[in-house]
Amino acid sequence: MTADVTSTPHAADGPADAAVRSMPDLDTVDRAGQSPDTAQPFAELGLKDDEYASIKDILGRRPTTAELAMYSVMWSEHCSYKSSKVHLRRFGDLPKSDALLVGMGENAGVVDVGEGYAVTFKVESHNHPSYIEPYQGAATGVGGIVRDILTMGARPIAVMDSLRFGAADAPDTARVLPGVVAGVGGYGNCLGLPNIGGELLFDPTYAGNPLVNALCVGVMRHEDLQLAKAEGTGNKVVLFGARTGGDGIGGVSVLASETFDAEGPAKRPAVQVGDPFTEKLLIEACLEVFAAGLVTGIQDLGGAGISCATSELAAAGSGGMRIDLDAVPLRDSTLTPAEILMSESQERMCAVVEPDKVEAFLAVCAKWDVLATVIGEVTDGDRLTIDWHGERIVDVPPRTVALEGPRYDRPMARPADLDALQADAPPSSSADLRADWLALVSSPDGADKSWVTEQYDRYVRGNTVLAQPEDAGVLRVDESSNLGIALALDGNARFARLDPYTGAQLNLAEAYRNVAVSGAVPLAVTNCLNFGSPENPEVMWQFAEAVRGLADGCRELGLPVTGGNVSLYNQTGDVAINPTPVIGVLGVHADVRRRVPTGWRAADETVLLLGETRPEFGGSAWAAVVHGHLGGLPPRLDLAAERTLAQLLARFATEGLVSSAHDLADGGLAQAVTESALRYGTGAALRVEGDPTAALFAESGARVVVTTADPAAVRAAAAEAGVPVTELGTTGGDALVVEGLLELPLDELRTAWTGTLPALFGSPELVVGAVPAGTVPSS
Amino acid sequence: MRIGVITFPGSLDDVDAARAVRLAGGEPVSLWHGDHDLKDVDAVVLPGGFSYGDYLRAGAIAARSPLMADVVAAAGTGLPVLGICNGFQVLCEAGLLPGALTRNSHLHFRNRDQGLRVERADTAWTSSFTPGQEIVVPVKNGEGRYVAADADLDRLEGEGRVVVRYVGGNPNGSSRDIAGVTSADGRVVGLMPHPEHAVESLTGPSTDGLGFFTSVLTSLVGSR
Repeated sequence: MTADVTSTPHAADGPADAAVRSMPDLDTVDRAGQSPDTAQPFAELGLKDDEYASIKDILGRRPTTAELAMYSVMWSEHCSYKSSKVHLRRFGDLPKSDALLVGMGENAGVVDVGEGYAVTFKVESHNHPSYIEPYQGAATGVGGIVRDILTMGARPIAVMDSLRFGAADAPDTARVLPGVVAGVGGYGNCLGLPNIGGELLFDPTYAGNPLVNALCVGVMRHEDLQLAKAEGTGNKVVLFGARTGGDGIGGVSVLASETFDAEGPAKRPAVQVGDPFTEKLLIEACLEVFAAGLVTGIQDLGGAGISCATSELAAAGSGGMRIDLDAVPLRDSTLTPAEILMSESQERMCAVVEPDKVEAFLAVCAKWDVLATVIGEVTDGDRLTIDWHGERIVDVPPRTVALEGPRYDRPMARPADLDALQADAPPSSSADLRADWLALVSSPDGADKSWVTEQYDRYVRGNTVLAQPEDAGVLRVDESSNLGIALALDGNARFARLDPYTGAQLNLAEAYRNVAVSGAVPLAVTNCLNFGSPENPEVMWQFAEAVRGLADGCRELGLPVTGGNVSLYNQTGDVAINPTPVIGVLGVHADVRRRVPTGWRAADETVLLLGETRPEFGGSAWAAVVHGHLGGLPPRLDLAAERTLAQLLARFATEGLVSSAHDLADGGLAQAVTESALRYGTGAALRVEGDPTAALFAESGARVVVTTADPAAVRAAAAEAGVPVTELGTTGGDALVVEGLLELPLDELRTAWTGTLPALFGSPELVVGAVPAGTVPSS
Repeated sequence: MRIGVITFPGSLDDVDAARAVRLAGGEPVSLWHGDHDLKDVDAVVLPGGFSYGDYLRAGAIAARSPLMADVVAAAGTGLPVLGICNGFQVLCEAGLLPGALTRNSHLHFRNRDQGLRVERADTAWTSSFTPGQEIVVPVKNGEGRYVAADADLDRLEGEGRVVVRYVGGNPNGSSRDIAGVTSADGRVVGLMPHPEHAVESLTGPSTDGLGFFTSVLTSLVGSR
């Protein structure tokens, strides 16, 4: 239950309890100055020797216990980006985009989508907590990214999730996956945010290190933008939302910044516990105080809790800040001040409010049953000070905590095995096209994802135009003008393993294409970069190459990177995950009624392939599924072709020339036409030219399958754009037939495609029926 | 026609219910759970969501909110009331409808496009349909399994108080495929599926859901 301002407070909250909590051993600033040689557990908190030494340099004394706690969490890899920052600078060097209203550095980037609307979106990882405690780890991952979006002043309007697990049939995957899916759904559903898409992929390198990347998108009017800074001496600092408890203490330094050690102690207490009901109230209360003009600055409490919120607000502002830690409402009265500062209890926000607006602010919070407490004020100094029981326990320059953490330019080395890997050419000829086709679409990566997506609400708020299994999620933003947005998330790790520079760009190209396929114009990019340990030079090289690739790709496509997230130390023992740069692309629909779905509805339409197919199998799903092979080079990248294709697809949508469009990616043509045919149960008679293995299974980029009732018009438009067109055949019938090669009845195909995940993770079969005949499934 | 939509803490589909009222031709009026004020509305919708986080039992806490006392009293004098999903749970907890909604038999939250058969086309909320008509609206819930004692189910069936039934698969293990029931006077209706998510072809699987909202507008005109 929410902490309710109208209910009787717990006895442990007030100073009345101070006597019980007072500690003769309290490590104050004075005491720290007088006892320079006291041994401190900095290494246990994740700080290196030289980092501890530089804290002492900054303060001119040893840190207090509370200060050490703050620095340790804020200087963790997760909060400080200390290994990645030197590389991420590349994104800042991209040409300025007129659409970009707020760039990297704030909680999330903000993009102008027209008609006075701004959209903010970001994807963030919650990988390590989700391995330890799958449900809560995934749930709080959603909660955290939603608060980032809310903090910008926007109403969150949808979420997406990009998930990776170990081998689908591994026993531990059966533990982790159902919990993660239930957690993503449990939190997002209860917040009233539609889940409009994402990814679900499996690979043995994620065993012991699943990836849970959650995206949230929000919308606001331009003038509603909020920033995370503390301005105005005398303004009050208000902590609101849930009480502070012992959950998640040290989560960022312990979990997100270190490699799991099989011999280590249980780390369950470091995973936060989520309460989506409280977050829903927090969202409504925030939007109401924003609308009433009651907020000067705002920051959410995520990793590093109060340490992060207060130091970041103060560092971004002009003055200092004074905090009375006794005022923080607690769930557990035995917490020490250092623990209160480090706690990652969820569903909390911190606002800076002018004194004469505090009463109105607290009244809005009371209306929504949200606990709100003044815990301090903005000062005119340049120090962040924190008092506890009348004693000063923190006195630091806030910039040194929040902004001036360590930076590492870590050594890099091209992986020693990469030459051999790239030289190991993949197979290129199928012995049994039909068997391979069925193997692909029934593989865990290629199979129907309804087992997962049925656990997510895709309808709430009533603006979902397209959701999974479409290539992109599409949302209506304005009900009168039909302005809308499209979003896609893609992260092919096999390509990135073979060549991280090209792989990152291929992922960008795929997400870009997926947005374009829906008819939207791509506008901006976010990313979540999941890699192994930065202390391994080979991993660091993969990371740097991926960032370089993504930056170069964005430059060529003319898209800004609006922000992102880095997750390092994704490895178990010495085994790093395949490098996994997950790229999100946002696009704009001038009129969402013109959106293009992926499924085939009507018979007797012409099926056309746009783009050029080459015998490219390196890193392909076919090579992985049929041959267990990963080697060679990823498909050739052609961003100019991607850009031309995207423009052509936008024209198709505007002019209503195509009835469906589906991107070709993992599994090539076979996978794409399977999905298009099974969406509404419409088959097709197709024919392919040239090498059939390449035609069906190659993963060459810049390709899309469209259906149309007006092939001449589509051909003419494509010819004008210089996009190659191949006629594949005609829709209709209850089978996919490839002339002279194979015939797959849709019933057989559907059984193969839909059976895999329920067989692996349990089937709720007792009540499932087919969608009633004669009805139109959602689009 | 003024149709009230109640917002409880944790209500989620209140914006959708208001949109559905508007598209049907009514005037949506926001009602707040903490007020004793029905604002002279002609009918009330309790929307879907997770009121109070589904804590204790789904709908149990919301059923005891101040405004629900007014809703119960007004329902006693014939005010049309529609409870959707969490709203249905609230109506059962408030004693306006019989039975209870429990955890889905397969234990998962499930969202799918669901076939329904309209069994009663003469309630305040279903008069736009024809008896036996099959429609498709989304269903999405974790605790949507309708249960009641066998004798009570027999009585409900005998009195014709099953309003809609699942067809083409029962998504949650509900007794006798029951998706929605009505009060003895046919003025209060509760159902787990979400008609407010099937009111526009752009965003829904159909526009079948609109019928629930046009029904009440028609029945209100008829009763004036």
